[in-house]
Amino acid sequence: MPPTPAITDLDALKGHPSLARLLAWNRAAVGGAKFDRDEMSIYVGRSFIAEVCALLRDDAECPFNFLSDLTCVDRYPSEPRFEVIYHLLSMQKRERVRLKVRLDGDGPTLESVTSIWPGANYFEREVYDLFGVRFSGHPYLRRLLMPEDWQGHPLRKDYPVEGYK
Amino acid sequence: MILNMGPQHPSTHGVLRVILEIDGENVVRIMPDIGYLHTGIEKTCEAKFYQQVVPLTDRIDYLCPLTNNLCYVLAVEKLLGLEIPPRAQWLRVLLNELTRINSHLVWLGTHAMDIGALTVFLYCFREREDILRLFEAVSGQRMMTSYFRVGGLALPPPLDFFDRVRAFTKTFPSKVDEYENLLTGNPIWTMRTKGVAKITKEDAIALGASGPTMRGSGVDFDLRRDMPYSGYENFKFKVPVATEGDVFARYMCRVQELRESNAIVQQALDGMPEGPIKADAPKVVLPDREKMKTQMEALIYHFKIITEGFAVPEGEVYQAVESPRGEMGYYVVSDGTAKPYRVHMRAACLANLQTLPKMCEGRLLADVVAAIGSIDIVLGEIDR
Repeated sequence: MPPTPAITDLDALKGHPSLARLLAWNRAAVGGAKFDRDEMSIYVGRSFIAEVCALLRDDAECPFNFLSDLTCVDRYPSEPRFEVIYHLLSMQKRERVRLKVRLDGDGPTLESVTSIWPGANYFEREVYDLFGVRFSGHPYLRRLLMPEDWQGHPLRKDYPVEGYK
Repeated sequence: MILNMGPQHPSTHGVLRVILEIDGENVVRIMPDIGYLHTGIEKTCEAKFYQQVVPLTDRIDYLCPLTNNLCYVLAVEKLLGLEIPPRAQWLRVLLNELTRINSHLVWLGTHAMDIGALTVFLYCFREREDILRLFEAVSGQRMMTSYFRVGGLALPPPLDFFDRVRAFTKTFPSKVDEYENLLTGNPIWTMRTKGVAKITKEDAIALGASGPTMRGSGVDFDLRRDMPYSGYENFKFKVPVATEGDVFARYMCRVQELRESNAIVQQALDGMPEGPIKADAPKVVLPDREKMKTQMEALIYHFKIITEGFAVPEGEVYQAVESPRGEMGYYVVSDGTAKPYRVHMRAACLANLQTLPKMCEGRLLADVVAAIGSIDIVLGEIDR
């Protein structure tokens, strides 16, 4: 059974709790939305991400109190190159939402959300280690999985699968 | 004094390195250092076909390989929009719960052994032998089963499989009674675990802890019951929750989960539906062996799937399941080709490990071992 096509029109989606909350707060922060395969993805502007996360976490009706995952996708060679993805879960309402932030490939930096969810610590370190995205305000931004003196960021698309000797 | 609890250590359950700053017997600071088991699985997935990623997923959380298989396969099936026949779903639940029992037995054995109760280790591994033989019967492999495929199961289970599982479930509750006899009322055990390594409910959620690590602190949330997948909505089971947040609370949660998983396996056996074990999608699911040898179309499909893979429509999916350690999630991004563009594994243990400083700082050195055991870490999942 082929999947139904994604809905990307903001007006059609604005009934969804997380999107409605963000649109009501600041229309400019939302760069687009997509509802595909029963999952809600919202594109958030780079400078707004920390405020958006705090807003969603403290929302009265549908608090997204659990950060499920923080990861990154490398879209090399197209620009903007990196997409940092936040998966949020509201345990109370059993809702999930995905926030996506697009970053340019040249010196990608983003504000850290460790002040909102301390559990983002290791996830952000891993994204820094494997992709090279820096998180400003992170308490201890060092390599997590690779050795400390490793050069390069292995999960980038221009890094070979076999690695370097 | 700065002490290194190095990657090679019998109590760290894998290659976890913990850097401890201690003042006498008290821990001032604790910092886990990971990465010793990093094998670049996420990168390797981008170079394989979708069906070739399944054996890679086994090795991520190697104590519950079928759960990893299930999570990945559910994610790809969601991307494809496949409908899985009920028999395959119920078998997946049955094997998933056997895997949960398997993983908790290893946890109990090694955790008790760290704290000093050596007998429990051998008792748990005796039961685990039965489960590993069941896995070998169904998939050919004791641990790295790779039994689930995109679209269903690899093979139908052997004819005596259900009888063997039923025999196991009949005797298993008495074995759990044996473990509890040795530990739960034992004053040495309670002194080593009650009040040790506490974590509050708010801290657990804020740090991203999930599974029994979070349920031991009073958070009543279980993905199987609250956001069901693969037919879990058809099963009745209790979710054990404790409130103290210490090592003993997490121990009680997991031991009760052993009993609940046994009950789920019995329900799966009783209600197993008849029918096919693979979805009806010839371009994705391999045809039966007999059909492949006699029908031309089946042979062509078989050839195409093996050599070229199947193309998955563009999109992205985050699928989470309740692994024995917590919320295990797979984020699969597809770009329309036969190879995934990005596969990210949300390791339950990576987030759970972040609770370790909160649990151990200010406590005794000996409690660090109890805390690490109670979080139930698997380095394969943390490092990938």
